[in-house]
Amino acid sequence: MADETQEVTTPSPRPQGGRPDGPRPDRGPARDGGRKFFRRKKVCKFCVEKIDDINYKDVRLLGQFVAERGKIVPRRLTGVCTPHQRRLTAAIKRARNIALLPFAAR
Amino acid sequence: MQRAYEVMFIVRPDLLEEDVDKLIATLQGHATTAGATVEKTEKMGKRRLAYDVKKFSDGQYVLFVLQADGKAIHELERRLRVSEPVIKFITVRTDEEKQRLDKVRKIRESRVKRPPAGATPAEAESPAAV
Repeated sequence: MADETQEVTTPSPRPQGGRPDGPRPDRGPARDGGRKFFRRKKVCKFCVEKIDDINYKDVRLLGQFVAERGKIVPRRLTGVCTPHQRRLTAAIKRARNIALLPFAAR
Repeated sequence: MQRAYEVMFIVRPDLLEEDVDKLIATLQGHATTAGATVEKTEKMGKRRLAYDVKKFSDGQYVLFVLQADGKAIHELERRLRVSEPVIKFITVRTDEEKQRLDKVRKIRESRVKRPPAGATPAEAESPAAV
């Protein structure tokens, strides 16, 4: 569905201006005319690649989910699903404990 | 009760290779006398630490995989704490995780076996890319 709009990564979150009438709720997408903007659907890397084991020793893997300053990147940015994010978080914290990952990078 | 554990520790970088081996051997001996069975020891080599530990910025990583009960682990941790070439260590219990993984794998295998043909409805996404 909607192949041509898939490239639009970050549209403005709400279409401003248009539709002067109608008690449209503030939050949520416009339901009536069909959605104009599609955020590219992010998928969980661990589900797609079928990575069962999120191990604290796998620095390469964990490093993809750690920001430059050493912070854990939130789910809403990476698209990781909740169960996997939970395991990922635990693994990253373990890796930090044994100095494989930084608590805070300079 | 015997459980699966992993003990990873960091040895200071200026320790010589044979001294590391010696240290590993003695620790292994202590572990076995405490009632643990060491299944695997792995030297993961020297690598840069993500942050300084005891003023060292490198370290030699060593991993023990063992079956032990709580007492043996306690003893091993005490040994690690008092032996001064070891600058950091972590113990992770892995049996529950292993069980979970086995379960997941089993489920996956059975799923792959049964419907091999019409099982992938969600995969037909990428060829539509322009």
